[in-house]
Amino acid sequence: MGDSVDNKLSDTYMDVLKEIGNIGIGNAATSLAQMLDKRIDMEVPQTKFVTLEEAMNLVGGLEETVACATLRIEGDIPGQILFVFNEKSALHLVDMLMGLEKGSTKQLDDMGESAVKEVANVLTGSFLNAISSMTQLNMVPTVPILAYDMLGAVLSTSLIAGGYIEENILMIETVLFEKQDYIKGHFFLITEELSLEKLFKALGLTMN
Amino acid sequence: MQPAKVIKEIQVGIADYKVAAAPDRLITLGLGSCVGLTLYDPRIKVGGLLHIMLPDSTQFRNVSKPAKYADLGIPLMIKELERRGAAASRLQAKLAGGAQMFSGKDDKFILNIGQRNVDMTRKILKAMGIKITAEEVGGNRGRTMILDLANGMVTIRTIGSPIKEI
Repeated sequence: MGDSVDNKLSDTYMDVLKEIGNIGIGNAATSLAQMLDKRIDMEVPQTKFVTLEEAMNLVGGLEETVACATLRIEGDIPGQILFVFNEKSALHLVDMLMGLEKGSTKQLDDMGESAVKEVANVLTGSFLNAISSMTQLNMVPTVPILAYDMLGAVLSTSLIAGGYIEENILMIETVLFEKQDYIKGHFFLITEELSLEKLFKALGLTMN
Repeated sequence: MQPAKVIKEIQVGIADYKVAAAPDRLITLGLGSCVGLTLYDPRIKVGGLLHIMLPDSTQFRNVSKPAKYADLGIPLMIKELERRGAAASRLQAKLAGGAQMFSGKDDKFILNIGQRNVDMTRKILKAMGIKITAEEVGGNRGRTMILDLANGMVTIRTIGSPIKEI
């Protein structure tokens, strides 16, 4: 493989990634539905190579308040996972998890932060389980860290912290939402080309 | 009667810089661990805004975008300012950003990058003989930075705090 897979991955591989995202996030959405006892829908995942700025623009305005929980994946496929909820969704999510009346949570305190981190934990666990059982690859999530602030500040900082500073970031992105109480969350999985090679190999595909 | 000149607000993206003159404004949104650096020549009312992502380009093999790094971006912007008639000796520097945004523990995440960005920016400015006239750095909040080229004032916006001028 040359120095850059960048955006030259063939459509077939992109489709495979999309399908992996679909299965993994589908599993994660089911876990969230169980946690909240609500119906959770998801958009068909998009798989694309984006710049840091494009990644931020996918979520919203750079000054918009968001909660972002991020964790690293260790093992065969090193990478990073991000969950980004806009302010309203983060607060609703906390209400639902705590069994509070909608609108009770006005700001994200320590308890709220823990709740959002816990969601990230559970969703990541189900996502990785789905992929592990498909590929027999070993993937272990780390403990999430969280920030609640301007989208631009939070997303750029989390990607830099994870070491993703290149122009081309491979991203599997989807939106999870709950209709009635409008929880909208973005999910990102970011990984490297070496990891992709392993992933495809585990699925019986070879990259050339 | 002459119509008033429209004041443009020019946006500077991450790992980028822009140079402009009065009466325009330069703005960069959502600085987290990144550092926003404004350089302003009050005599000719020309200035620049650089959005620094990382301190040191020498730690990377592929350097595709010099403005991403403090060590390359600052000299680059100064050169552009000089082309527009500014004198390095008159430049006033202001810094914002370099925050630690995340709470939680994970040794493998690089969480001190904000501080390193600030340190490197100060070091390079010092080496180039440019004085820092104001700073709004560190802490754990994201910041938006706006440079008014009419007077060199920098406005800082944060969530949950009043607007601050430095």
